[in-house]
Amino acid sequence: MEFALALAPQVLVDGLVLGFMYALIALGYTMVYGVLQFINFAHSEIFVLGAFVGVEILLGLQGAGVLAGIPVWVLLPVLVAAGMAASGFLAVGVERVAYRPLRGAPRLVPLLSAIGISFFLQDAIRFLESIWRNAFYLTYPSLEGLDRRIQLGPALDISVKSLVVIGSSILMLVGLTFLVNKTKMGRAIRAVAQDPETASLMGVDVNRVISLTFLIGGAMGGAAGVLFGIQYSLISPYTGFIPGIKAFTAAVLGGIGNIPGAMVGGLVLGLLESFSASYLSLLTGGAFGAEYKDIFAFSILILILILRPKGLLGEVVGEKA
Amino acid sequence: MLEIEDLHVHYGSIPALRGISLFIPRGEVVALLGSNGAGKSTTLKTISGLLKPKQGTMRLNGERIDGLPPYAVVQKGVSHVPEGRRIFNRMTVRENLEMGAYTRRDGEIARDMERVFELFPRLAERCNQVAGTLSGGEQQMLAIGRALMSNPSLLLMDEPSLGLAPRLVEMIFRVIEEIRSRGTTIFLVEQNALMALSVARMAYVLETGQIVGSGEAAVLLRDPKVRQAYLGEPPESAENPG
Repeated sequence: MEFALALAPQVLVDGLVLGFMYALIALGYTMVYGVLQFINFAHSEIFVLGAFVGVEILLGLQGAGVLAGIPVWVLLPVLVAAGMAASGFLAVGVERVAYRPLRGAPRLVPLLSAIGISFFLQDAIRFLESIWRNAFYLTYPSLEGLDRRIQLGPALDISVKSLVVIGSSILMLVGLTFLVNKTKMGRAIRAVAQDPETASLMGVDVNRVISLTFLIGGAMGGAAGVLFGIQYSLISPYTGFIPGIKAFTAAVLGGIGNIPGAMVGGLVLGLLESFSASYLSLLTGGAFGAEYKDIFAFSILILILILRPKGLLGEVVGEKA
Repeated sequence: MLEIEDLHVHYGSIPALRGISLFIPRGEVVALLGSNGAGKSTTLKTISGLLKPKQGTMRLNGERIDGLPPYAVVQKGVSHVPEGRRIFNRMTVRENLEMGAYTRRDGEIARDMERVFELFPRLAERCNQVAGTLSGGEQQMLAIGRALMSNPSLLLMDEPSLGLAPRLVEMIFRVIEEIRSRGTTIFLVEQNALMALSVARMAYVLETGQIVGSGEAAVLLRDPKVRQAYLGEPPESAENPG
């Protein structure tokens, strides 16, 4: 028991790192759902592209022998910004090519298109990396100082990179909240989510707002990709699937279409996962180990959704005339 | 101001407008009367660009606007109060009004919001309230105020009196008169023909997608056929009115 309590702060920190990552990815699902009522199943690959852009920059700098010379506080914002830009524009492009032409089609059709794009992007990244590096499992080079651990208490320490993940996630979530709630652009996004036809009567170019939504959602995913690479090092074109599914779950948990909901959902899922990974074997006397963490976390999720089918913060779309 | 010629609009293969032509002079209130399904809302939606005409032209001050997307029509000075109010339920009253001013870049937005509040003091009181919690009448005020925020030269109004208590209907029509007196042209779709004809200068009568009558509102008000069809008067003779 004492041991379990002593462990708690560490489990909390790990859960937060995971949770913020899910939250960032979940925003892409939930924002797109908000304006189109459509699940962008290619979002997991948009996230992965960010991770690959990050690793390519680092490997490129390493290859040129200059990586050690660049201070990490310069490098990190550049990596995140590059990942955001690449993923954001990829998301916009995917919408233009694969979703917009199907706007009037039955709902299942763009969904299939999204799954197709997801496979296509996985194999495109695999193909390009295989030609370019002769490998598609890539490892983030370790960066000076990021692996250092800061002692916060007797049984609690946190690595610098975890702090980076948490810090930059908070920064982006705050920025996005401000953008959506306090700016004209954000008002237009909310208006399109509530009633696209009436928004167009206000002078909003709905297609541009939809592109913008993909850009922002994709950029958040790209940032998450870079942070994922920094935190967990090993990436592949198929890395996106599990975090993608979990982030999607987080979005549903929080109330799909609801931006604060995606943030809350991501954090709840990350914490559940982290707590079950650490405590499952303690609680069950060793019958279930950490490998059952997903089953445990998702069981709780199902329970929450049975009690609150619209998610923790409620669904905010779907009142169309 | 607005000139429509031989406008045809289809929903899929079903014709909704079958070659209508009409003219809306600057500075006037023009009413469009007709029963349910006659094509009144279709006409407004086509003007504002929500529906694409199959054939025909629309000119605003001589400039073609048919085929323009809705956001471009707004920029030309046409504002549409849609049927059923269609306010943004989860935004505050103020945010709704700010959405109305979406296309504007000038510095007069705050002043125009004050003018909307003068027109509808109720909205000023509820400024920071979420619009979905307003009463039906207040939502209609908000829908009209929001449309005025784009500072339109032509205001399209779709059934502004629908579902409102008589006292509010009167109030809405007083406001329509007030908006006109400030120089905005109004194209008004109404089921309440008596009210519409009392505020309009001229009117068109639409039946199954075609204009079947038009004229000065005062003349139409005395027309026995119009009185019978739209003002609920019994037929004068034993003839079958249908």
